[in-house]
Amino acid sequence: MRRLLPPIIVGVGGLALWELIVKAGRVAPFILPAPSAIWEQFWLSRDVIWKTGLASGTNALVGLVAGALLGIGAAMAASRFRLLGEASIPVAAALNALPIIALAPILNNMFESTSSIPRRVVVAIVVFFPVFVNTLRGLRQVDPTHRELMDSYAAGGWTFTRLVRLPGALPFVFTGLRQASSLAVIAAVVAEYFGGLQDGLGSRITSAAANTAYPRAWAFVVGACVLGLVFYAAALALERLATPWRRSA
Amino acid sequence: MRGLRAVATGVGAILAGVLLWEAYKWIGGDDGSILFGVRVLPRADDAAMPHVYDVLRRFGEPELAGGDPIGLVVLKACLFTLRSVAVGFGVGALIGLLLAVVMQRFRVVERGLLPYVILSQTVPLIALAPAIAGWGGKLSLGSYPWQPWMSVATIAAYLAFFPVAVGMLRGLQSPPPVAEELMHSYAAGWWHTLVKLRLPASTPYLFPALRLAGAAAVVGAVVGEISTGTRGGIGRLVIEYSREATADPAKVYTAMVGAALLGLAVAAVVGIAEFALNRRRTV
Amino acid sequence: MTAAVELKGLGKVFNPGRADQVVALTGIDLTVGSGQFVSLIGPSGCGKSTLLRLVADLVPPSEGTITVAGKPVRKARLDQEYGIAFQQAGLFDWRTVRRNVELPLELRGASRAERRERAGEMLDLVGLSDFAGHYPPQLSGGMQQRVAIARALAVHPPLLLMDEPFGALDEMTRERLQDELLAICARTGTSTIFVTHSIPEAVYLSDRVVVMSPRPGRITDLIEIDLGERSEATRQSAGFFAGITKVRKALRGIEVPA
Repeated sequence: MRRLLPPIIVGVGGLALWELIVKAGRVAPFILPAPSAIWEQFWLSRDVIWKTGLASGTNALVGLVAGALLGIGAAMAASRFRLLGEASIPVAAALNALPIIALAPILNNMFESTSSIPRRVVVAIVVFFPVFVNTLRGLRQVDPTHRELMDSYAAGGWTFTRLVRLPGALPFVFTGLRQASSLAVIAAVVAEYFGGLQDGLGSRITSAAANTAYPRAWAFVVGACVLGLVFYAAALALERLATPWRRSA
Repeated sequence: MRGLRAVATGVGAILAGVLLWEAYKWIGGDDGSILFGVRVLPRADDAAMPHVYDVLRRFGEPELAGGDPIGLVVLKACLFTLRSVAVGFGVGALIGLLLAVVMQRFRVVERGLLPYVILSQTVPLIALAPAIAGWGGKLSLGSYPWQPWMSVATIAAYLAFFPVAVGMLRGLQSPPPVAEELMHSYAAGWWHTLVKLRLPASTPYLFPALRLAGAAAVVGAVVGEISTGTRGGIGRLVIEYSREATADPAKVYTAMVGAALLGLAVAAVVGIAEFALNRRRTV
Repeated sequence: MTAAVELKGLGKVFNPGRADQVVALTGIDLTVGSGQFVSLIGPSGCGKSTLLRLVADLVPPSEGTITVAGKPVRKARLDQEYGIAFQQAGLFDWRTVRRNVELPLELRGASRAERRERAGEMLDLVGLSDFAGHYPPQLSGGMQQRVAIARALAVHPPLLLMDEPFGALDEMTRERLQDELLAICARTGTSTIFVTHSIPEAVYLSDRVVVMSPRPGRITDLIEIDLGERSEATRQSAGFFAGITKVRKALRGIEVPA
């Protein structure tokens, strides 16, 4: 309980301070709306938030799964073929330095503007890198004692990969997934800003802001934050489920 | 020798990418592939996917009839955005570093602030943009009025501070307890321990964090420019050109390449800094 | 009685012909009889771990022959004629204790029922049946080593190879595990080659102590130990101390190169 106290205090205190500054300072809502106003809008728009949240969430999920599968597959290929592995890391690092979000307009062009695929592709690409890098790291680190043990059992190749490499890499895969899960939500939301299908949270944020309905815009932002947290929590839960041995350490 | 290999790998990757692009154009249908009524593969016609050569050629041609060649326009826009990126990166990295030091010093602060630091990154930028632009209108640095690019730099800093704060915190906490006990036995105070033990120990964490922060600063600047409507930067260009994409498909790609090069430039700067620092250490 | 292990004229050179060439072992002749407990002791770098790995076919010899259970080492490894335990327990964190012990049986294709039964038997032997469902990170170092020993014995091998398995443990746990190991070997009749650099440990456990010289490793002494059935009293007995002195003298007699 002691561990939870500081963040809770900071959170509550921060909100109270925020409310006070906005109300007492008579700050115009377009600069910063009061938490109470945001909450009011959140409650009023909860149906829309739910629907658009679902749409953005679906995009994020599809992109997350696709990007994760690609990342894991690529990492397995890269660890199997050393040349590929050596070449891929700097390439991945370089590609990661590019602003992926800028791909959105091009993708909208390549597919219809009424398709959900561009946003999902952006999410998949954003998700790919943390999953790829972390999984590759996990696949590469092998305890030398385990190597010798399996040699003594005359077990190599695929058996070794199946029994030692893959389970050993699982914790790393989940490290990557945890990072990727919140990135996925943000990418799904921000990608909408570049046009294309406007059925998610991103579009509502921008349209509310364009209509200077700032408390409403922030209400949708809160929705996006909650969605991000849900994804992170789900990734955490999945990790606990799939790697029960870490919890007990 | 290693440098040569890295360059060769990079060139190889680019060539592979170009080959894949053209190969897909060759085999892909003009309309893409539709599976169950959903377009699964993108359109491969020249309007959606211009030839690589066309894009390269477009760099040399003017934006509108009788203007500067696009290459120049894109370059100027990149330089404009670079200012926001540099300032945002610098300020963000500094704030991240300070935050990490404070959080390491006071565990209470770490427990109280860290969740919010992490939470701050779940807020999509577009929400903050109007707020930041609005604040800017009321502020001025001394007698120098707030410029739009400063709002963009703020957004870039907002995204850049997080990887540095988290990475450096881990780095500052990385020395094993025995090392801390050793410093304690020398009656070395907190400051000396910081300078002589923690900071040197955290360099392996610093550079990956700076790389991420650099990339984040670029994304922040680009999206920031778009959401604040700042003219003159590469973000604006991407949006403008994408609106003309049906008429002039190669143009939007030129802007994209510009943005990509910006990202690479920042990564290169961090790489050089890392190289310079590591040379001083005898491995 | 066929010897469990026979080494004739064994030698090992790492990186032959290169600038960083290392002659690890030369002219090793050794026979381990069935059911015997043999310790290899010597200063760091004398090649005792290398010797163990040669018997385990984890490293190929440069010259000489090795036979295990009358077969060439490669066949012996493929036929799982030995079990091996290292200084690190090397358990798989993602498997429960029981499934760790089942590992060699799985690789041999034993049926699920067989594996369960055998693993249970082994865990009983090392006294860890209550922890069968736990994960390795939950166990202490000593317990993890016991699981590693149970795993090494799971296929009922005629030969046990151990590379300083108790090296990372505290003295009390070490002594307890030494007694357990002897009891197990007596019960199962396994021959054992045990690498250590603790003189008391070598003397307490073995029928024979093989003393080795620093690089290039040679066998300089073979000391027979005859202490009979080990008990608490043995550790205080005159015979025990005499054995220790003999081994120490043999080790000291080696001139360590300046």
